[in-house]
Amino acid sequence: MIAQKFEYTAPKSLDEALHLLASGAKPIAGGMSLIPMMKLRLAAPEHLVDLRALKDLSYIREAGGQLHIGATASHYDVESSALLRQKCPLLTETAAAIGDVQVRNMGTIGGSVAHADPAADYPAALQALEAKFVLQGAKSERVVGATDFFVDAFTTALEPGEILREVIVPIDDARTGTSYQKMAQPASGFAIVGVAARVRQNAGKISFARLGITGLSNRAYRASASEKALEGKSSTPADIQSAAALVAQGIDANSDLHASADYRRHLAVVHASRALKTALSRIA
Amino acid sequence: MATTTVKTETFVGKRIRRREDPRLITGTATYVEDVQMPGMHYAVILRSPHAAARIRSIDTKQAVAAPGVVCVFTGKDIKGVGAVPCGIAMPDLRVPPHTILATDRVYFVGHPIAVVVARDRYLARDAADLIEVDYQVLPAVADPEKALAKVVKQRIVSQRLVPMAMETRGVVAEWHGADRQLNLYTSTQIPHLVRTLVAGMLGLEENRMRVIAPEVGGGFGSKLNVYAEEALTGYVSMKIQKPVKWIESRRENFTCTIHGRGHVDFYEIAAKRDGTILGIKLKLIQDVGAYHQLLTPLIPQLSVLMMPGLYNTQNIRADIVGVFTNCVPTDAYRGAGRPEATHGIERMVDMLAAELQMDPAEIRLKNFVTKDKFPYPTATGLVYDSGDYATPLKKALDLVGYHKLRQEQADARKQSKYMGIGISTYGEICAIGPSPATPAGGWESATVKIEPSGKVTIMTGACPHGQGEETTFAQIAADELGVGLDDILVLRGDTAVVQYGIGTFGSRATAVGGSALYYALQDLKAKIKKFGAMLLESEDVTLTGGKVICNKTGNSKSLQEIAGATYRALKLPPNTEPGLMATRFWEPPNFTFPFGAHIVVTDIDGETGQIKIRRYVAVDDCGNILNPLIVDGQVHGGVAQGLGQALWEQAVYDDNGQLITGELMDYAVPRSHMMPWIESHHTCTPSPVNPLGVKGVGEAGTIGCSPAVVNSVVDALSPLGVRHIDMPLTPEKIWKLLATKN
Repeated sequence: MIAQKFEYTAPKSLDEALHLLASGAKPIAGGMSLIPMMKLRLAAPEHLVDLRALKDLSYIREAGGQLHIGATASHYDVESSALLRQKCPLLTETAAAIGDVQVRNMGTIGGSVAHADPAADYPAALQALEAKFVLQGAKSERVVGATDFFVDAFTTALEPGEILREVIVPIDDARTGTSYQKMAQPASGFAIVGVAARVRQNAGKISFARLGITGLSNRAYRASASEKALEGKSSTPADIQSAAALVAQGIDANSDLHASADYRRHLAVVHASRALKTALSRIA
Repeated sequence: MATTTVKTETFVGKRIRRREDPRLITGTATYVEDVQMPGMHYAVILRSPHAAARIRSIDTKQAVAAPGVVCVFTGKDIKGVGAVPCGIAMPDLRVPPHTILATDRVYFVGHPIAVVVARDRYLARDAADLIEVDYQVLPAVADPEKALAKVVKQRIVSQRLVPMAMETRGVVAEWHGADRQLNLYTSTQIPHLVRTLVAGMLGLEENRMRVIAPEVGGGFGSKLNVYAEEALTGYVSMKIQKPVKWIESRRENFTCTIHGRGHVDFYEIAAKRDGTILGIKLKLIQDVGAYHQLLTPLIPQLSVLMMPGLYNTQNIRADIVGVFTNCVPTDAYRGAGRPEATHGIERMVDMLAAELQMDPAEIRLKNFVTKDKFPYPTATGLVYDSGDYATPLKKALDLVGYHKLRQEQADARKQSKYMGIGISTYGEICAIGPSPATPAGGWESATVKIEPSGKVTIMTGACPHGQGEETTFAQIAADELGVGLDDILVLRGDTAVVQYGIGTFGSRATAVGGSALYYALQDLKAKIKKFGAMLLESEDVTLTGGKVICNKTGNSKSLQEIAGATYRALKLPPNTEPGLMATRFWEPPNFTFPFGAHIVVTDIDGETGQIKIRRYVAVDDCGNILNPLIVDGQVHGGVAQGLGQALWEQAVYDDNGQLITGELMDYAVPRSHMMPWIESHHTCTPSPVNPLGVKGVGEAGTIGCSPAVVNSVVDALSPLGVRHIDMPLTPEKIWKLLATKN
């Protein structure tokens, strides 16, 4: 539990951070995943650049009809944000379901998302929200959507030298309801399966549905078949059940000590159904 | 001048806040890791990554040449150090030689191979990676049943658990060559026994060694042991003539500190048609691990002793089979053999009730040893001291609203809902114990000094490490002497300060150590009265409220005045020495046998298999209660660890002997948010075997808990024909049962 030797820099500006990253340093924010890996010597970065030193990167604000969350906003910042609670409650609900109090105080949204643990909570919500990610390099920045951002286990669209600077989520109207439902792995607090639902109703019919799934496979994904099955439906229990039954379609499910592939698939269906029901019940 | 007697506040029986907590809560306590010394060197141990292998060669050249490294020792370099001791002698017990470092073979993942010493912990750790070991990997046995022929009977598993003290182990060794003196700071529950045994291993005279257990951050039995690292760190310090520190990493704690439980049990229970239990039979397979540690062979014997439980049967048969595996040794973990036995018996009693279509409460009430039968000799050779087993069960049934709950359950079942009510009525063997029944003496010691100023210092041979005796012992002394709690200091854990003692384990510190304290206080009180009588020039005096009072005149002398006079010694009572100090080594005449009833109400999510504990009612009888706040804490902690075993925790080795739940990301220790509300209540049946009437409560929660939880879940699923589920009750296990039985 003793890490290998490494350099550590707390940069004063984003430019300085990007410059260091371009020369091969690895970014660290809350360190909730990276530090344990370093202590077990599963990761041995030679140089760490501490992004938390950048004070202006932990903002949560509304601009241009969207919500902008700086990469180093902690899970607690998100969980306790009055702005998000009012305008994007799915994100506060998800943040509150992460790990434990200590992890939520230290861990950041940018760190969690960039690490792309296949059992992390945020990615499910961010898929359902069709979030956009602002990736900044030394020379340019680009914006990538959630479906393209999460590539594989621990792999995102981030290129070497880039950092995730900001997460952008939409503001939904009152006809939209959301919910995040998860079964936590009892030791780590990560999701065995987590499902984020976002549904909109118009004149008694579901006009729009988004479902983000985490924990089931190598990456968080959108359950498109379920989404399609819901559109135009009147949200009877049978409608929800048949849509939820499709969430794991075509997915190669994970299996480990904590849950077999079959159990995970089953849990995905159960939690999709619960997330949808809860989301619908929350529509004003 | 006549004075009135001051009615002093008393402390025993009150919810006094723990006096040790301020330093613990403010982070100012000194643990082994906090011990700093000039010239400190740091040891890191290279351990086997294989469960079974032959060591062909070890090349330490690169490590020795690494920056900051002072020396590297392998097994071949260690000369003249004795084996890691097993304290249990039994006819035909096979005790494999257990050297402090492996030489040519390794037997478990984590087996120590070499020690690297550097002036910096990080450099030592880096250098350990540079040691090249050539292994010939051999087949490993991780499953004790695979080493044995197949038997088919009712099989109940008590899985391997990791004791998980919040503070890992650690040792600081400080050798003063000129004085031939070794100071050893170690995180232990038994400093004096460590001194005797480690001095023996190192070939050092016992009086040249001082063992200090500074603040100890939990043990749960895992520090009731003598470990290779204690001798190894001492050895290295003696060799390099420098202080050396070794601190166990959490990963090492998982793989190298003893595990608990590790039973596969095959039970049979026989009864008359009316539910009268006739006998219990057990074949117990104990996963020993790679070696016998200090008490390994004793633990399954404690299970067998506990087999009658609270039930009136004289027919008990047990066979113990110990199986060596390529895993870390098992040894004492909170309850040590008693939780395993209680789990099996309480499960069997429930199965019997189901078979006979009797209510599980009724069958227990029918079979309890009744109140009039105490002292009650058991078939396993114990004599239960006192008991009233029906009262806590009836109280728990009332508190939980048993009959109403059964009605509710019947209604729930009509709606295909799964609701369970589980009962466990447990017994315990505490206050360990009479010396003839223990491997190293079962007495305990206490010294009480009253200083010339009247302040009181207690030195206990027990070694409290979280159990709160700095508070409860002060309560006892304050009431006996009529002084305040702040007048009293309790010292423990340093062999240079405290007379020889046994230590803290087996719910013994208060029952045995507190009794030694009580008798030492009686000696002092007699002497105080003698001096008081002399000073008051009266034969007729009373010691009360911190004063000796002349019953005729009402004149009094304060404890402070008397203490001063005993040391000033201008005048002495006849046949009386100066000073105020008394030491007692108290031998208990018997164990104590606490008991209780736990009832757990569960609701099961039929879709996911998740278990929700709706109610947890614990009625524990631990005899007289000195401090209800501390007893509550012990019950809560015990129940937390019982729930850990019932629902979440498991040390899982794969077929190659790799521990796959070897970190806290995979090994599920219960967290505060996972705990149910515990409704903790008591009945009080004092023990007749000690002057305090106390029985002990450290392990009660753990022992009572797991069968109550499993009985509750099995009860919930019983309409599906479910009869037994092995722990931990993971949601997937329950879901599979629901899926296959429905």
